[in-house]
Amino acid sequence: MMRLESKDEMVTIFVMGKKHSVPGSLTIMKAMEYTGHQFRRGAGCRGGFCGACATLYRKKGGYKLEGALACQKIVEDGMYIAQIPFSPTDKKTYKLEGLKPDAPTIMEYYPEISRCLACNTCTKACPQDIAVMDYVQASLRGDIEQAAKLSFDCLSCGLCAVRCPAEIVPYNVGMLARRLYSKYMVGPTQHVLNRVKEIEEGKYDSEVKELMTMPLDKLKVKYNTRDKVAE
Amino acid sequence: MTRIAYYPGCTLKTNARNFEASTLATAEALGIELVEPGRWNCCGTVHALAKDDVMHHLAPVRNLIRVEELSNKGAIDGKQVVTLCAMCYNTLKRSNQVFNQDSDKRKKIRDIMTKEDIQYSGNVEVIHYLEALRSLGWDKVTARVVKPLKGLKVAPYYGCLLLRPRGIGVDDADHPTIMEDLLKALGAETVEFAYSQKCCGSYHTVQMKEAVADLSHRILKQAEVAGADVVAMACPLCEYNLGPRQEQVKKQYPSFNSIPVVYFTQLMALAFGLDDEATAFEANRPDPSPLLKEKGLLE
Repeated sequence: MMRLESKDEMVTIFVMGKKHSVPGSLTIMKAMEYTGHQFRRGAGCRGGFCGACATLYRKKGGYKLEGALACQKIVEDGMYIAQIPFSPTDKKTYKLEGLKPDAPTIMEYYPEISRCLACNTCTKACPQDIAVMDYVQASLRGDIEQAAKLSFDCLSCGLCAVRCPAEIVPYNVGMLARRLYSKYMVGPTQHVLNRVKEIEEGKYDSEVKELMTMPLDKLKVKYNTRDKVAE
Repeated sequence: MTRIAYYPGCTLKTNARNFEASTLATAEALGIELVEPGRWNCCGTVHALAKDDVMHHLAPVRNLIRVEELSNKGAIDGKQVVTLCAMCYNTLKRSNQVFNQDSDKRKKIRDIMTKEDIQYSGNVEVIHYLEALRSLGWDKVTARVVKPLKGLKVAPYYGCLLLRPRGIGVDDADHPTIMEDLLKALGAETVEFAYSQKCCGSYHTVQMKEAVADLSHRILKQAEVAGADVVAMACPLCEYNLGPRQEQVKKQYPSFNSIPVVYFTQLMALAFGLDDEATAFEANRPDPSPLLKEKGLLE
């Protein structure tokens, strides 16, 4: 296997306890691949958006167990790393129709939120810098709007749930809050309704069919030269 | 307008909205602006009684940090925070005391709160709305009354958390008068009854509703014997156990006569001549409006 030439200063990391020397400019994910690991789980978009690469680490001499997305965090010398590609949770199924956007609804599906101690460990663990404890607390008192807005950047990476001493799964709570907020407090927006109508009327059928049958090389060109909507 | 921080607590935003609505409206009528912090968390619900329990002080102390932040940015006058729910009052005040008196716990609490922008100084003063009114002066309350509660016999019910332990309570633990003083300032007649400080059964209401109904029956019966038309109180949990729980009392004691149970703030709103949104009687069970109509206090 060809090793990448790098002018970077090398740092020492420990992956699941095993020592490796890696270039200091790499992310945890790239550093692990540099050491020969291959990701089967725990890697997704590689862009900090999907939440698949939750990772726990502790720095040499540090008392603190920290969390990060492996595709975003740059390695540091003396880092002890463990991937948390999946966190076991009991995700409830519910039909949004007929639910009320209030505290009793959230308590019905996730009653464990009443165990929250306000210790803020979840917020400390969040790689997205979300005020996790605050949105759990907002859910508890039925402030669905605040819960939805505070949790908006959540990727469901699972680190908050792994760390919570009250065994709450905050990201499932936040997702329910956002669903309730969207459906009952914001309501369907007109442009979405218009687009759904257009789709149902078959406006885009021929375009989709064309894409489905397009040769790969042409599809690539089309993708790379597509119109981008400014953010 | 005097601006005082206001810590609502979860129940005030859910089951006890009538308590909050009547409080905010009466405070405004008296020239007190209650300022709610932009973010706050559960009070902690139950004070950490075990000596080695630091974890349960985090929630209350965190709320005191929110109040100190309001103070630091000049959003409130002074460093007081008003609470309504007796549980919140008790929990916040007792944790504040622990924080100030126990340097070991203070250090541990601070060490855990690494994400907070400021370190809590210990200087916030936790008060109950009743205390804020007492500080304002009962004469000021009386001056605002447009519809004196003449002929209304009210049994003030304190329960436990407003008065105990000594040094934390809003008034003398054995002979409180603060609610009587307020009710008299509103023109009502107060009745003395033996069980004004007896436990309502608290959280046993979740799993032992029969036992709670027994306690409620005992308390309400005493109020009735003392000649009360209505029971006034300051705690959402007491309100639930003495109010909606009367359904269960009736099942166990068929001869029981139901008696309305209201927050003291609702009687204030009534005496101040405020509107239905402020009195918010429609949320009370049993419904107090037939009685108040009979007394000529409600149209």
